[in-house]
Amino acid sequence: MADIAANDAFTEKIPKRTHPLVQFIRAQPLGFVGFLIVLLYFVLAVGAAWISPYHPEAVDFGAMLSAPSAEHLFGTDQYGRDVFSRLVYGSRTALAVGILSAIFGCTIGALVGATSGYFGGWVDNVIQRIVDIMLSFPIIVLAMVVVAVLGRNMIGGIDANLIVAIALPMVPKMARIARSSTLSIAQMPFIDAARAAGYSHARIVLRHIVPNIVAPYLIMLTAFIAQAILLEASLSFLGLGVTEPTPAWGLMLSGSSADFYQAAPWMILFPGLAITLAVFAFNLLGDSLRDWLDPKMKV
Amino acid sequence: MQHSPAGGVVTAGRSDVESSVAPSAPVLEIDNLHVHFVTSHGTVRAVEGVTYSVYPGEMVAIVGESGSGKSVSALAVMRLLPPQSSRIVAGSIKFEGKSLLDLDDESMRQVRGRSISMIFQEPMTSLNPVLTIGLQIKEPLLIHMGMSEAEADERAIELLTLVGITDPANRLVQYPHQLSGGMRQRVMIAIGLACNPKLLIADEPTTALDVTIQAQILELMKDLSRRLGIAVIIITHNLGIVARYADRVNVMYAARIVESGTAERVFGRPLHPYARGLLSAVPRLDRGRAVKLATIDGSPPNLLNPPEGCRFRPRCRFAIDECMKVPAFREIEEGHFAACHRTPEIETLADADAARPEGHAGLVADDASAVLDIKGASKFFPVGGGFLRGPAKLVRAVNDVSLTVRKGETLGLVGESGCGKSTLGRLVLRLEDPTAGEILFDGVDLAQMKRSEMIAIRKKMQVIFQDPYSSLNPRMTVGQIIGEPMYVHSILPNDKIDDRVAELLQLVGLFPYMALRYPHELSGGQRQRVGIARALAVNPEVIVCDEAVSALDVSIQGQVINLLEDLQQKLGLTYLFIAHDLAVVRHISTRVAVMYLGRIVELSDSAELFANPKHPYTQALLAAAPIPDPVIERSRPRKIITGELPSPLNPPSGCVFHPRCPLATEDCKKAVPAQRELGPGHMVACIHA
Repeated sequence: MADIAANDAFTEKIPKRTHPLVQFIRAQPLGFVGFLIVLLYFVLAVGAAWISPYHPEAVDFGAMLSAPSAEHLFGTDQYGRDVFSRLVYGSRTALAVGILSAIFGCTIGALVGATSGYFGGWVDNVIQRIVDIMLSFPIIVLAMVVVAVLGRNMIGGIDANLIVAIALPMVPKMARIARSSTLSIAQMPFIDAARAAGYSHARIVLRHIVPNIVAPYLIMLTAFIAQAILLEASLSFLGLGVTEPTPAWGLMLSGSSADFYQAAPWMILFPGLAITLAVFAFNLLGDSLRDWLDPKMKV
Repeated sequence: MQHSPAGGVVTAGRSDVESSVAPSAPVLEIDNLHVHFVTSHGTVRAVEGVTYSVYPGEMVAIVGESGSGKSVSALAVMRLLPPQSSRIVAGSIKFEGKSLLDLDDESMRQVRGRSISMIFQEPMTSLNPVLTIGLQIKEPLLIHMGMSEAEADERAIELLTLVGITDPANRLVQYPHQLSGGMRQRVMIAIGLACNPKLLIADEPTTALDVTIQAQILELMKDLSRRLGIAVIIITHNLGIVARYADRVNVMYAARIVESGTAERVFGRPLHPYARGLLSAVPRLDRGRAVKLATIDGSPPNLLNPPEGCRFRPRCRFAIDECMKVPAFREIEEGHFAACHRTPEIETLADADAARPEGHAGLVADDASAVLDIKGASKFFPVGGGFLRGPAKLVRAVNDVSLTVRKGETLGLVGESGCGKSTLGRLVLRLEDPTAGEILFDGVDLAQMKRSEMIAIRKKMQVIFQDPYSSLNPRMTVGQIIGEPMYVHSILPNDKIDDRVAELLQLVGLFPYMALRYPHELSGGQRQRVGIARALAVNPEVIVCDEAVSALDVSIQGQVINLLEDLQQKLGLTYLFIAHDLAVVRHISTRVAVMYLGRIVELSDSAELFANPKHPYTQALLAAAPIPDPVIERSRPRKIITGELPSPLNPPSGCVFHPRCPLATEDCKKAVPAQRELGPGHMVACIHA
């Protein structure tokens, strides 16, 4: 035994471990920028009441369509409401609806897909046919049906059914991706090893397969957050989502603001920038998280 | 199929080559070649000061473990290294006297495929799947030789005949997937030979092939090299191949050539401690269990940060202070070079060190009780078929197999790929449900058990897989991987698990702190040890080793084999050892079963089977497996069986081996031969044995 104990590891030293956050900043500086921007949106959303100089719904006909100034940082809209304040409050809607529905949709989709891929056979067949049917509807139609059928269900100032409506179209997409990743992972010998060790199906799926599909999950999640923000705006435009006078970026972009874009370009410029920056930041963060969470990418 | 005749002729051929070749000019001269790779972690010095030459008509082997730079030095000759990350920083490569490194890209393209061609390891992926064989053979002819379509067709048929492919005219319109692996490698060789090259570089040409097919392909290459005067560089990790086929050998270790010379000299009187170590670490077909493998400690260095001086110093048991200086590559005797400070005294040193530990010759008593009793087990997989597609065909992966595994023994299960040995292992583990038959573990039939009942059995029976990369969950730390079975089955209280993990890590020769590492942070050999520790976590009685050492480098393989043997002694384990490498099986097994196309054709005590094989297939397997000793190789008769493994979808009638069998008669086609006991415990399924 002695010669074995002295074997291939004997020249190695115990490695030093730095703080994970420091490791992340060092390895993924761009991702850290994304993280800071996302963090900024969170600060705005949480601290909206203190940060915004005006009430988001306060109408001031004396200051209609005024250009950005010291008084109104991003100008005002056709009712004289402060665009900056509405943007700050709008980040609440955007983050809450976007993140919650994307997490909800992706997680269910990933579990459904992993189950489908792991068991195969008739389970897989049934799930995939349902997924086919769901994918055959345009996203917006599927979301509209859900909103129309379920109606409104306000929980904590957010329409829970709106989240369900936005999450639902994401489930089949994520399920497809999770299934194909699962099919390749289920072939790996470590899954056989887990079966040979007598682990339950639930444990194998949750502990051995799901962590290995984190990469596609995070890519889809960040893409879906952006999509969800846009979908929420579309639904709001159609009168099925957030309604006036609640501040929401999508609402500020669409509707009657289109009539004023020549006279008051700031009315759509700043909400547009807010959405773009949010999407950009989530994508940066998602990409770098994916790389970073992959243990093979670490050295 | 024409194969080169018996061994005597080969010997004559070899000396011919030596005498006729020596005065002529070398085809290829590599001088002091240095190749660096630039990575984000620093510069990897992949090749450092490699010098060798190759003469017409000779076969030069480059031997080394993975990462030793053997492939890189060959790719540098073809100038096929990735241009962004690699740099040839020094040295010269001369082909027929002109420097390849000074050629522009266009002139280099003229050399590639025309004067120098290359054969790669993986015949499955080195042919384009959507183009016909004919098109791919004719491509170099049309491009380099400027032949017309009709001339190219004629030449393609000629080439396919040359490489021993039957019915060549019809093969031209076939696609790669319609050919077997061995056939595809023949096609690759035909493409390589298309433009009458002066030099053929074969990078692990048979590593992906079965041993009988490997022998066919190498015989073919040797024969072509001699007949057409082509120089061949063969890159391999398999010392047996080198001993059987190579004229000269270059041994590489950590980017440098450490020893070179004729095969007889290097194998007969190895001078470098690494070469000596490799030769004693590899299990040999002509040696039994009695001797424990003498392994090389440690693993090859990381070339990002190699040790100072002699690269082998940290692993070398003869290292002295002087080894901190890089040893010169000197000619020790005529044509035999080595880079070691201690070559003059190496033989005396090694002799003094030769006290080899005894192996585990102690055999298991014949009356030891059977732990596993497989009775008539079969596994058929349906292929194709389904709704509106007619009935499915059946792949008979395992067909009516009966076998017992006795307590405390190592039963070797050997055969070529597709023979059903892994499926049989999966049936025993019940990762697959048998189509028919019984698998009794301690007298209880596993096939009838419910999932919940199996859990108790799974604690007694574990598995070690081939690939140490994919058999560990990359998202879990080593500690989690080893601790999980204890946690799930509540074998230990949760607070004791960490201690037990540390204990297991030490048992398999790792360090407790490695529990915090992820699998990718470990080397291949270390990962395989983690796999072994995971199997031991539930205190099993039986371990199924499915090609458990096949993916490891030679020096690491020896370490793991010794570990498995030590663990067996210590813990009283029983192994079902599945492998395709006969030498490894011979070394580790007490009894051996030989499988062919889903059936067991021979079963016997290990020593008896290798000394006195009865079944023609076993004899063929043994004849095809090379022994790493050129002297023995020279005197062995070459009986190489032709043909390939038939499709298990449509197995031959009667004895499944009859289409390839030299003894086959009409009777063999009629009925499946029954197992007959020819000696004590020596079962053979052949009517002619």
